[in-house]
Amino acid sequence: MKKLTTIYSTAVPLPIEDVDTDQIIPARFLKALTRKGFGNNLFRDWRYYGDGNEVKDFVLNNDMYSGEILVAGNNFGCGSSREHAAWSLDDYGFRVVVSSFFADIFKANALNNGLLPIQLSKEELQKVFCAIEKNPKAEFAIDLEAQTFTIKDSESIFSFDIGSYKKMCLLKGYDDIDYLLSQRDKIEAFEKQQVIY
Amino acid sequence: MSATLFDKLWDAHVVDSIDGTDVLYIDQHFIHEVTSPQAFDGLKTRGISVFRVEKTLGTADHNVPTINQHLPIKDPMSKAQVKKLSDNCAEFGVELYQLGHEKNGIVHIIGPELGVTKPGMTIVCGDSHTSTHGAFGSIAFGIGTSQVEQTLATQCILMNRPKTMRITIDGALAKGVFAKDIILYIIAKLTASGGTGYFIEYAGSAIRALSMEARMTVCNMSIEMGARGGMIAPDTVTFDYIYGRERAPKDKQWSDAVTYWSTLKSDEDAIFDREERFDAADIAPMVTYGTNPGMGIKIDAQIPEVLDVASFDKSLRYMNFHKGQSLIGHKIQHVFIGSCTNARIEDLRIVADYVKGRQKSKDVSVMIVPGSKQVEAQAKKEGLDKIFTDAGFQLREPGCSACLGMNEDKIPSGEYCISTSNRNFEGRQGPGARTILASPLMAAAAAVNGEIVDVRQLY
Ligand code: SF4
Repeated sequence: MKKLTTIYSTAVPLPIEDVDTDQIIPARFLKALTRKGFGNNLFRDWRYYGDGNEVKDFVLNNDMYSGEILVAGNNFGCGSSREHAAWSLDDYGFRVVVSSFFADIFKANALNNGLLPIQLSKEELQKVFCAIEKNPKAEFAIDLEAQTFTIKDSESIFSFDIGSYKKMCLLKGYDDIDYLLSQRDKIEAFEKQQVIY
Repeated sequence: MSATLFDKLWDAHVVDSIDGTDVLYIDQHFIHEVTSPQAFDGLKTRGISVFRVEKTLGTADHNVPTINQHLPIKDPMSKAQVKKLSDNCAEFGVELYQLGHEKNGIVHIIGPELGVTKPGMTIVCGDSHTSTHGAFGSIAFGIGTSQVEQTLATQCILMNRPKTMRITIDGALAKGVFAKDIILYIIAKLTASGGTGYFIEYAGSAIRALSMEARMTVCNMSIEMGARGGMIAPDTVTFDYIYGRERAPKDKQWSDAVTYWSTLKSDEDAIFDREERFDAADIAPMVTYGTNPGMGIKIDAQIPEVLDVASFDKSLRYMNFHKGQSLIGHKIQHVFIGSCTNARIEDLRIVADYVKGRQKSKDVSVMIVPGSKQVEAQAKKEGLDKIFTDAGFQLREPGCSACLGMNEDKIPSGEYCISTSNRNFEGRQGPGARTILASPLMAAAAAVNGEIVDVRQLY
């Protein structure tokens, strides 16, 4: 997994609530056998018409916006457990998603792929949207070690939560699986005492 | 100290903890073709085997056609994915109910049907509706592919303990009101994100009165309010359902199992992080009008007048509905009866009971897709196939079908489908498709009438 320590970037605003995983990556694009290439179909049906032409006013097609940070409305990532949602955001080039609320499975999937979900309060999120609206090239700074999200223009600094274990994984680029594999003895010992039917 | 059922089972499966995150042991792992290929690749890259193959079971369901299953799959990518599952299962020694196998079906239908799903277990699958298995009093939830890989490699995942919520529903359901209505009602009350962070226990006399299959329908949709899972404490309904199934414990093991399973309940004075209570008498047949399952109303209610919320307006635009509108009498073009929510034999019986001797409307196409080969066989045994054909319903072969626009079964853009599945997201049933979620009887009645009707009028 890629390490993530600090990010300085502009951001892409998506002020829509309840963005579900079927919007992030529609089911018909889940047929690939690898983790690669999903970025092309990120937000496919919002980004392109059925005939393949770009929907001009969708944010990803708007040259004004760019960056490694996606800022989205409340309850981002609800719906399915498809990790393809996290893969497609990552493959597109996002390293951070900011929202006022994330669905659980999406959050876990994102963290397992080095994509940082940052949960702000509704008011803070609104300030981030306002900053981008005022200046589409507004810059943001994320410091994972300090757990802070800064709007550079206004010097507003927001702090965010992250579990200490997951924080360590991101900072060092560790996968859960490395840790679990190191625990096999304990797992086998656990199995020995378990009664199952 | 008193504890909830969830906490008891969780505690019994914690191998270790690291910085507040638990290493949770998984008793049963289900896999399917869509979310497993990258996980198997991970094992190959590391050169490791599946840690506990006997606790892993595979089926092909999401990406399969539901007609002519004996012929090669037409779409090359779907075909490659289904084949990849077979290859991976063969290479790693995982048991697989491949397409065409007499026990193939949707993963959340076959687990319980085979008696693999049992009380007290921890169960995962790379699919969010794994919550279905919680109906047996197990901790069951969906995971992403990285966690599928972890489970394959170590039979464990790392997870933070969710909070607990109890939803109690007491009283009796009115005629024409089903498990599907209960869960759509709850989600409408709590919203599509209202359960996030929680694991739910459903309780109360209305839940106790449900059959096992109906309980699965309720638990299935727990994820639609954001909850990781939902569970119902096991009782004699549960035991009777499991008894005699292929993988059920036998003889002395059976009585030991029942003795243990009977202890699985929340203590009287257990404290949940959150409690919600509803009265069964307040639940009516439900329909959704928007693009998330929380946007549901009683069939005789109107779409709410929410003032200028951009996402709400966007959703209504997609559905081509307006505030204040009633859905009664709304014309539909498609009916989909299927999915892991409502494609069990009881669902098919409810539909058959009503359509017997009736005809579908000529303006409507009707797909009825059994959840498994065994459900299909049972339906045929009971002669339901004949009733469906006579009514102009197309009985297909099992699979996820039009629940998600991934396989060949899709709803055309702009057209309305009343569906017994679990998600009405934009494009869920195909790009531009407009989905209205409802119970099997609501779907059947709409098929016959060509428009949405209040099924309470049928009695
Ligand atoms: S029927 Fe639908 S919800 Fe159920 S497993 Fe298949 S795709 Fe998922």
